[in-house]
Amino acid sequence: MNIIKDIKYTVSHEWIRIEGNTARIGITDFAQNQMGTLVFVELPEVDDEVGKGSPLAVVESVKAASDVYAPLSGTITEINEALADNPELINEEPYESWLVTLELSNPSEVAELIDSAEYEKLCQQGE
Amino acid sequence: MKKTPLYDLHLALGGKIIDFGGWALPVEYEGIIKEHEAVRSAAGLFDVSHMGEIIVQGPNAQNYLQKMLTNDLSPMQNFQVYYSFLCYPNGGVVDDLIVYRYNPEYYLLVVNASNKDKDYEWLKQHEEGQITITDASEQYAQFAIQGPQAQTILQTLCDTDLNEINFFRFLPELLVAGIPVLISRTGYTGEDGFEIYLDPSKAPALWQVLLEKGKNHGLLPIGLGARDTLRFEAALPLYGHEISADITPYEAGLGFFVKTIKEDFVGKEALINQKEIGVPRKLVAFEMIDRGIPRNGYEVQADGLRIGYVTTGGFAPFLKKNIGLALIESIHAQEEGILEIVVRKKKLKAKIIPKPFYQKRYKRT
Repeated sequence: MNIIKDIKYTVSHEWIRIEGNTARIGITDFAQNQMGTLVFVELPEVDDEVGKGSPLAVVESVKAASDVYAPLSGTITEINEALADNPELINEEPYESWLVTLELSNPSEVAELIDSAEYEKLCQQGE
Repeated sequence: MKKTPLYDLHLALGGKIIDFGGWALPVEYEGIIKEHEAVRSAAGLFDVSHMGEIIVQGPNAQNYLQKMLTNDLSPMQNFQVYYSFLCYPNGGVVDDLIVYRYNPEYYLLVVNASNKDKDYEWLKQHEEGQITITDASEQYAQFAIQGPQAQTILQTLCDTDLNEINFFRFLPELLVAGIPVLISRTGYTGEDGFEIYLDPSKAPALWQVLLEKGKNHGLLPIGLGARDTLRFEAALPLYGHEISADITPYEAGLGFFVKTIKEDFVGKEALINQKEIGVPRKLVAFEMIDRGIPRNGYEVQADGLRIGYVTTGGFAPFLKKNIGLALIESIHAQEEGILEIVVRKKKLKAKIIPKPFYQKRYKRT
């Protein structure tokens, strides 16, 4: 299982790369491996506003649909349209295949995210 | 959880174990899509030892089963296999099963694992005349080997010419890798292939030698995930989804296995009645027009009104399409008809298409 050092994580297996006042969001290697090959991704629209903890996207494998939750509050500024035709990019390169970019409306929430060491511990307990 | 004799081998092969109706079984090894493709293009080996086996024997066995099952067993020959339903008096389905006839006084019924106890009780309640009904599930391990290479692989381990076993026929005693087995040309994938029954203590040895011999022919072990996508693509019914206590064989489009011409059987009156007046609901196949994946239980609408629900849906790995089966009001069950599938509060368009999605490739002679 691959965990990248200098990005943030959530207990629900999203990763977050903070750049200034924006955040790129994806799902972790652990998450994609648990779900298996992804066959469908449903993304929000640009300019949608999301609140921390609310449903952000849906990723579907052959077996099931899983919600991805917004790890931070903000407004969607970009969506990764390449995933519409190639959802399996998430399986191949989970940390490159971001879902959305978010402009943060409450940057103080970043302090509540967990770091890679803590996330790694969590995954090991879950296995 | 109950374990099959192959549990340790599933772990060693990297199988992801899940609780399947009380059984610890692998949902996948290398991945559902890869396993699904292996069965369509080469071959796959399935552990289906959780399936239930019930033996009905005695001088009245044939009469009794004629009364209990919806299919007509009178033309059945020894070493033939039939698919049939056990129905309730109201036409709802107790279970779907396959019947193996050894002779008119000895039949083996293979039933769904999750229904086995219910089936056994139901059969015992209706016991009649000189028969003995035995739950023999613990005496059998069961594999399925399915796919275009299945026969070639199995033949390398067996002196009996497998061409002797026609579609839905079986041989009760032959040797595979020196192990005594029952083999039928049956399956649940839409491909040619076999189901193999044997003593549980011999199962690990045969499993390993089959995988070893099959490797060069592209044989992979297959988990429950691909077992479901394979049967779904071939539009084969799954109990609890396409048929159930609340869904009759006629509603599911499986009236072929109900022979109302034969004398009395459980459910006959209700089923004849439904045949005459027509079914209120029909099972239809559909393909998504809009982007989205239909799933079991999703509501189906027409003109904004609920007309039914999805019984099985998903991404079909071989056809690479999002498809589904839905039980809907008969009036809407027109080919080319447009349905709306409610996916997370959004109404997505789908089109009714002919069944099956995947044309079965059985070898019939």
